[in-house]
Order: sequence, then C-alpha cells, then structure tokens
Amino acid sequence: MSTIKFTNAHVIDPLDGTVSQRDLYVADGRIVETVANPDEIVDCGGKYLAPGIVDIGVKVAEPGERHKESYKSAGAAAAAGGVTTIVTRPDTNPPIDTPEALEFIRRRAADAVGVNVLHMAALTKGRLGLEMTEIGFLQDAGAAAFTDGDNVISNTKILSRALTYAKSLDALCMLHPQEPILSAGAAVTSGKFASLRGLPAVSPMAERMGIDRDIAMIEMTGAKVHFDQITTARALPALERAKANGLDVTAGTSIHHLTLNEFDVADYRSFFKVKPPLRSEDDRLATIQAVASGLIDIISSMHTPQDEESKRLPFEEAAAGAVALETLLPAALRLVHGNYLDLPTLFRALSLNPANRLGLDCGRVSIGAPADLIVFDPDVPFVLDRKSLRSKSKNTPFDGQRMQGKVMATYVAGQKVFEQ
Amino acid sequence: MSFTQRHLLGIEPLRPDAITEILDVAENYVTLNRQPTKHSNALAGLTQINMFFENSTRTQASFELAGKRLGADVMNMAMQASSIKKGETLIDTALTLNAMHPDLLVVRHPHSGAVDLLAQKVNCAVLNAGDGKHEHPTQALLDALTIRRAKGRLHRLNIAICGDIAHSRVARSNLILLGKMENRVRLVGPPTLMPSQISELGVEVYHDMRQGLQDVDVVMMLRLQRERMDGGFIPSEREYYHRYGLDAEKLSYAKPDAIVMHPGPMNRGVEIDGDIADDINRSVIQEQVEMGVAVRMATMDLLARNMRNAQSGAKSGGQA
Repeated sequence: MSTIKFTNAHVIDPLDGTVSQRDLYVADGRIVETVANPDEIVDCGGKYLAPGIVDIGVKVAEPGERHKESYKSAGAAAAAGGVTTIVTRPDTNPPIDTPEALEFIRRRAADAVGVNVLHMAALTKGRLGLEMTEIGFLQDAGAAAFTDGDNVISNTKILSRALTYAKSLDALCMLHPQEPILSAGAAVTSGKFASLRGLPAVSPMAERMGIDRDIAMIEMTGAKVHFDQITTARALPALERAKANGLDVTAGTSIHHLTLNEFDVADYRSFFKVKPPLRSEDDRLATIQAVASGLIDIISSMHTPQDEESKRLPFEEAAAGAVALETLLPAALRLVHGNYLDLPTLFRALSLNPANRLGLDCGRVSIGAPADLIVFDPDVPFVLDRKSLRSKSKNTPFDGQRMQGKVMATYVAGQKVFEQ
Repeated sequence: MSFTQRHLLGIEPLRPDAITEILDVAENYVTLNRQPTKHSNALAGLTQINMFFENSTRTQASFELAGKRLGADVMNMAMQASSIKKGETLIDTALTLNAMHPDLLVVRHPHSGAVDLLAQKVNCAVLNAGDGKHEHPTQALLDALTIRRAKGRLHRLNIAICGDIAHSRVARSNLILLGKMENRVRLVGPPTLMPSQISELGVEVYHDMRQGLQDVDVVMMLRLQRERMDGGFIPSEREYYHRYGLDAEKLSYAKPDAIVMHPGPMNRGVEIDGDIADDINRSVIQEQVEMGVAVRMATMDLLARNMRNAQSGAKSGGQA
C-alpha cells in the first residue's frame, strides 16, 4: 500500500487542543509515526491539516426522492465540504425501519460514495411512534444509531420501552427535543419578528419542555442518547444537569442555528426555514457559548435537500430544511474568524466528538487513526453561488453571501477523494 | 411625489409623507364618489385583476367598484375554486396571469407573505388585499382617512385597538400606520389573543378594557372569528362579550367625543353592542366603508402613475 508524507502543514489536533507545524505520515490508510521513503509527498503550502468532519444527521433522499439528493451527489458534496464520514437520517420515503431497507441503502451508498457512510435507522416503525423497530436486527445490519428524526415520539410508554430495549443492546438513540403539540404547525420562533410577520410561531420553551421530558426518560431507562439539535438558551441548564448527574447524554446543534438568527428570514425567505426554526440572537450566542465550553458536543450540517418546488411557496407552506454539506466548514469558520471558537475546539465538535459518540476511531490525528484528513485554507474568501453546489438540491441560505475558508483536498483512508 | 412604490404590499415600507399623499388623493375621490356621475379616466385602458384566494365580499366589491369608477377593465377571479385545487402552485398561477398583461393585481391570500412572493414574479403592480395575519394596507389607510376626517388630524391621538389582535392583519397594519403618524396606540384584549412581545413595537398592552379605553379618542374594534370562540382562545362567547364587548358602559371611559370603528363584518352582541354600532353620533362604521372605495381608488391611481413614470423614464433613458 502507498505511503504519504504531509509536509508544510499546520496540524489541528482536537484531542490535545493544539495546532502545530509538523509533518504527518500515512501508511496503509492510517496515520503512522513516520515513513522512511514516502511514495507521495503532499506539500500543504502552509495551510491547515485537520481530521475530516463526521456529520451526524445527513438526509440523503434515497429511497423515495432521489431527484432531491442521491448517494452519489451527497458523497460528492461531502468530499468537497471536508466531510469524510456522513451518518444518514432514516427519514426517507419509505423510512429506513427494516433490516432489508437498511441493506438496500448500504448497497446504494457503497457503489456511489467515496467518503465513509454510516446509516441511522428508525426507532419506531414508519417513524410513527407506535411500535419499536427491530433494533437488534437493524444493529446487526449495521445501524449506527436509532432515531425518528424530527418526529417526536409523544407516547411516553412507547418511548420508554424503545429506550429500554435499545439500552440492552447498548444502541445509541438520537432524540429531537421538542414538545410536539406546542410546536405543531410553527414556521418561526415566537417573538417580535414573528408577531410582525404574522407567521405561526412556537415558543422557544417547547425545546426546553422536550429536553426536560427526554432527560426524565433517560434517567428512567439508562439509555444512551444524543440530542440532535439544542438551539435555545433555556434548554442548556437541563442539559448541564443531566451531564452532571452522570446520564449518558450528548447534544448537537446545527450550523444554521450557530450562524443565522430569526431575522434572517426577513421578507419571508423560505430558504431560511429550518426545523426547529431559527432563534433569537441571544439564543444563538448562548448556543455558540455552549459549543465553546463543550456543553454542546457536536456541530452537524443537518443537511436537508429540498427542491425548488417544495421551497418556492408561501413561507408557511414551504418545506423546512437546508443543504449544508459543502457550506458546513466555511460557515463554521465564521465562528473562528469572529473569535468565538479556536480551530481545535471547532474540530472537537465537527470531528472528534461525533466519532467518539459513534465509537469510531476517526476524527483525530493520533497514531493508528484512519487517515481521514482534510487540507483547508481558512482565510480564502469567496461569494457562494448556490448553483455551484454539488448537491442536487440548491436550497442553501448562504446563497450570495460572503464566506471565508475552502477545502483544498479531502482524503479518506489515505485516498484522495477531492481536490480543489 | 412621496408614494413612489411599485407595489402596495404593506404599510411597513411606507414613509409618513407617502401615507399623507395617499390620503390627500383619496379626499378628491371622496368628493367624486358623492357626485351623481362618479367616473374618472385615471385607469382607462388598464386591466385590473382581483385574485382572492380567501373568501371576501366587502373588500372585493370595494376594489371592483374602485377600479370601475376609474375606468379600468376589472376581472374577478375566485381562486378557491380554480387551478389551486388542481395542484397549481401560487407562482405558476401568477406567471399564467402575468402572461395576460394585467396592469394591477389585487391579491388576498390566507398565508402571510404570499402576496410578497407573488409580487416578485409579475411585471405589474400588486396590491395586497390582505395576506394571512400579516398586513391589510388599504384597510389601515381607509381607517386613517376616516379618523382624519372625524378628528381633523391624524397625529397625537390616543387610539385603542380592541379584540383579537393575534389573528388580525388589520391590527398589524393599523398599529404600524398609526405609530408612523405619531399617535399613541393601545392594544386591548385577552392575553391569548395578543401576539407575543407585541409591546416591543411601541404600543401599550391592556387586558382590562375599561383601563384600556380610558380617555381615548378612537375605539377600533376587531372582528372575533367564530372558530376562535370555542374555548380554544377564550372561554366562551358570553364571557368575551362581558369582558371585551364594546357597550355603552365601557365606552363611557373613553373621551366623550370618541369615535367607534369596526372593519366589518360585525358580530353584534359578541364584540360590539348593536346600539353602539348604529349610534350615528359615535359610530363611523358606515363612513369607513365609503372611505374604503376612495382609498382604493387613490392607491390604484398612484400605482398607475408610478407605473407610467417608470415606463416613460425607461423610454427616455433608452433614447439618451
């Protein structure tokens, strides 16, 4: 197998929180101490070398809506965005709730994608919150975690049984902390902006009610749970208490909630409609602070491809979600350029923590880890043109915006899968 | 010229001098409308299409009459019964109509922001005749004209807007307009019918009607829709009438010369006592309807002028 020497690089190590100017060696797809005569020398030109992003919660619209995103287009977008592992959501049509469906998409992914792909499966059949799925069989078939996506399981009896059963298999469950009845039909977060625009709104308190209930369920069942998106200040004390009490919980947030707020919707721009809706500036700043402190563990793209037909509608009717595989890193670098986070802290949330949560040995630059690496320049400016995105769907809120930071090259297990 | 907009989508983008200009033009049409012959040629040769995606009798009739008195060719489209039912999107409907070269599109839609979306896709002037819970600009303008004529001014007045504020586009457009013209606006209603953080918009919020009406110059009542009365937002119709219905006793807290307004249609005995609605010394409800036609004539006239100016500007620009 081939060997590589990465030279002239600033290496970001999220494990020990450092950036150091050094060389990095790869042999047989893994990071090694040193290589005497490397087959290939990669001159990083003084740019940064970091562990590739592990993105939990990517929607690839296969099966059902391949015109919105296929494994092939999602894989290309991921590689270009520096995402070396995508962890897909099961909220497809039909949902991934049987071992057979999981095997089908595993085959689709293997044929089409250069980056690593893991799949989550539904926690209940049809994501309907009525009966648990075959968690054991799905785990045997390779399910990385279990989630109903943004369908909240409102029946606590069903949820407690599913969590208890998952716990017996040491399976990770991902929950969407939201009080489903209070948030039903909401398009924006309640407040002055929603009142002026006359849009159906949900109180940010619905997220806190959701997380409070879910934490009680975790305390009751001992289950291993990751919250997909924490986006409000009010939900953070509950998360902090749960962690302090030793519950097996982690939390994520989406790149859009870290970089945009409710006012970005402006004159009913439906590309800014996401779920949960964009929050107030105070909530955004509190969420960034929680990522910096490590209270929120993981930043995800929450990549949700939607075609023009489902977005070019009155705001209330428009579909929620935004594509983000390719914009995740440049958007996240806004937090670095704005001095909210340093680079090792950012990659702790983008790469190391999600890998750890899923029991993967990637997401770090340690000896023996897979050589899933990205070379990027955090400073190069550009104006995003949504038409240039590799995703089949172009529903990004960052269209026409100035951004900074580009991926120069992406490696998966030592193989180059993307080069600028 | 102060009103230079291409569309009338809401009160929010209008400057105070533009509001005054619209009202001044409307005054002329009030005079015209009281003549035996009510015709003008302001819109002669132009085509006006009324697209109502939501039921309306009064507003649609008012726009239709306004267009006809100005000499436009007016067409009404009842959109609930048309292609929307066949699955056509709003944008496609707009593009289809646009291809017929209308000059004025009057649009009402049940969703907030839908009229803005449509305006981005067409070449003609678009008038918002009410979008969801967002804005209803011509209603606010006709209310302003009514107040100005009754009170002799449209500034430094105490005005109470009462009832279902949360679901009302009339309330939103009115509080924005009256705020821009430097009046003190109070919102009166039960907390379940009050939009969240509305007090940050520079209005005072009252949950007690007697306190809310204390010394006001204008009492503006809103319609309470039947579907809100079922215990979801308020306990019952009779409790609502008891606490928030306008009767002589509650009105006695307002200034002795305070006027009573209602955008219609009224629920007598729910939000307003019938005797008050019919009291010619207090109620200006019929006058509001009359001002509605004049204000709609004025806005369409001004939009048509802006359209002609833009066209002649483009032509002379091309020659130079």
